[in-house]
Amino acid sequence: MDEALIDLGDYIAAALPQDVIGTEVALGELVVTVRPTKIVRVLTFLRDDSTCLFKVLIDICGADYPEREARFDVIYTLLSMSQNQRVRVKLSVAEDVPVPTATGVYSAAGWYEREAWDMYGIYFSDHPDLRRILTDYGFEGHPMRKDFPLTGRVEVRYDETQKRVVYDPVKLTQDFRSFDFLSPWEGMNEILPGDEKARADEEEGAEST
Amino acid sequence: MSEVAIKNMTLNFGPQHPAAHGVLRLVLEMDGEVVERADPHIGLLHRGTEKLIEYKTYLQAVPYFDRLDYVSPMCQEHTYALAVEKLLGIDVPERGQYIRVLFSEITRILNHIMNLTTYALDVGAMTPLLWGFEERERMMEFYERVSGARLHAAYFRPGGVHQDLPAGLVEDIYAFCESYPKFIDDMESLLTDNRIFKQRTVDIGVFSPEEAMDWGMSGPTLRASGVAWDLRKSQPYDVYDRMDFDVPVGKTGDCYARYLVRVEEMRQSLRIIKQCLDEMPDGPVMTQNHKLNPPRRGEMKHSMEALIHHFKLYTEGYHVPAGETYTAVEAPKGEFGVYLVADGSNKPYRCKIRAPGFAFMQAVEALTKGHMLADVPAVIGSLDIVFGEVDR
Repeated sequence: MDEALIDLGDYIAAALPQDVIGTEVALGELVVTVRPTKIVRVLTFLRDDSTCLFKVLIDICGADYPEREARFDVIYTLLSMSQNQRVRVKLSVAEDVPVPTATGVYSAAGWYEREAWDMYGIYFSDHPDLRRILTDYGFEGHPMRKDFPLTGRVEVRYDETQKRVVYDPVKLTQDFRSFDFLSPWEGMNEILPGDEKARADEEEGAEST
Repeated sequence: MSEVAIKNMTLNFGPQHPAAHGVLRLVLEMDGEVVERADPHIGLLHRGTEKLIEYKTYLQAVPYFDRLDYVSPMCQEHTYALAVEKLLGIDVPERGQYIRVLFSEITRILNHIMNLTTYALDVGAMTPLLWGFEERERMMEFYERVSGARLHAAYFRPGGVHQDLPAGLVEDIYAFCESYPKFIDDMESLLTDNRIFKQRTVDIGVFSPEEAMDWGMSGPTLRASGVAWDLRKSQPYDVYDRMDFDVPVGKTGDCYARYLVRVEEMRQSLRIIKQCLDEMPDGPVMTQNHKLNPPRRGEMKHSMEALIHHFKLYTEGYHVPAGETYTAVEAPKGEFGVYLVADGSNKPYRCKIRAPGFAFMQAVEALTKGHMLADVPAVIGSLDIVFGEVDR
């Protein structure tokens, strides 16, 4: 199984040397990393080439890595029924860089891209109908980003005097509790609880001198 | 006679409409009684499952999967369990695999009863629903006997299943398999050759094989269009490769074909259930690695180590090595997949849920364009949409 995938990865990389950054087989799954601007070309090749025939777009989704400069990953999962193979096409983009839409290649791409836009704020250029899809009408922000709070920013209630549903900033009667259960042996960070204060003091001291 | 300009009418279908199968707001642009444009507004049941899972340990994330497609809970747990097992690189004991296949197929029948009978209700037949739900309740009792819950089972867990089958359950499932075909026959006698049912479904919402693939269809909806594709056959997981069953394929790709495919799938599921019951070996149902599987209660009474394992597993949980996987199963509705990214900690970094219903909902416009208003519920019903999984 793995050899077939490695061969397929090599074949794709050889056919599109300008567009593919790398291929990798991990856990029995093929991942192809591509340049963001070339995604349409790669998807069209994967769909139409006779040794690939990835006719079905299973999914498009985003992922957020805020510590990276190109913070978003866009992951396309494709399925080839005739080859009985799957491939994952990946690209990384920064927050303000648009990704060319795949709606011209797969009709199914439309809603998946709307979802990625809604959840992460990844902009897909030339998309015919890039509206929000899952969140509320008039929602602000992109909830799946790692810097978006789990509790959200607004809450709704029915107001008896105004006779309508109103939005208020979230008020928590009890603080949101995030338990740190990581064992101090296995999950230890470099910083032990409390260490950040000592480090902050040191930095301040260094600046003042 | 002078020409009269007719203005298109916009019609709001839902969000509280009995044929919308949940909370769907469908904005229809009508030219008289013909649908010109259908714009589904989804997300009214959005609960942020994916975001919540990022804040939960791997075990705590399991019950969220029951609550996606709430008429076929165990199949979704199955996907998640397989994904985590793949990242952990562990094997499930054989008995556990058989139980998972057994209950996946029970779930498939559970789902198809729900879909077929409510579909019949949508297009005007009430009796199948009343008959079907009696059978459905019998199967939910099987759920209750293994997991304690009729719906939200949290029974399939990474590493196997939570408990072994209780005494007597195997016999009762077998008895059910003997009596259930009678219900399928009765239901078919009401629907399959029914003139009204056929008038409402034949040649409505047709997808050719190419269109079905282009729109990302899967499961019975794809097979009704004539594509012989079933993940249980082509990419088997657990012990599906040992099962002997047929994959029904439709010819016409319309609502009627989707109905016929589901009816036949129920019969095939019964075959798989019987094989599971006959061949099921004895042995453990959950991996015996106590870094993943909590020890039995009795063991904890006298073993300090077991107590520590129990405590650590239910507070910190287990750590999953960094990696990513896309794992999919053939859920009753279609391909249900989980794209799971682990960063080496005890919580998933990213868990994208690929629900079949999301793609179906997107295709509603392509399927209903040019049809009458009354065909819209017929198409939505035949696609088997549940909003728990579409909105997530």
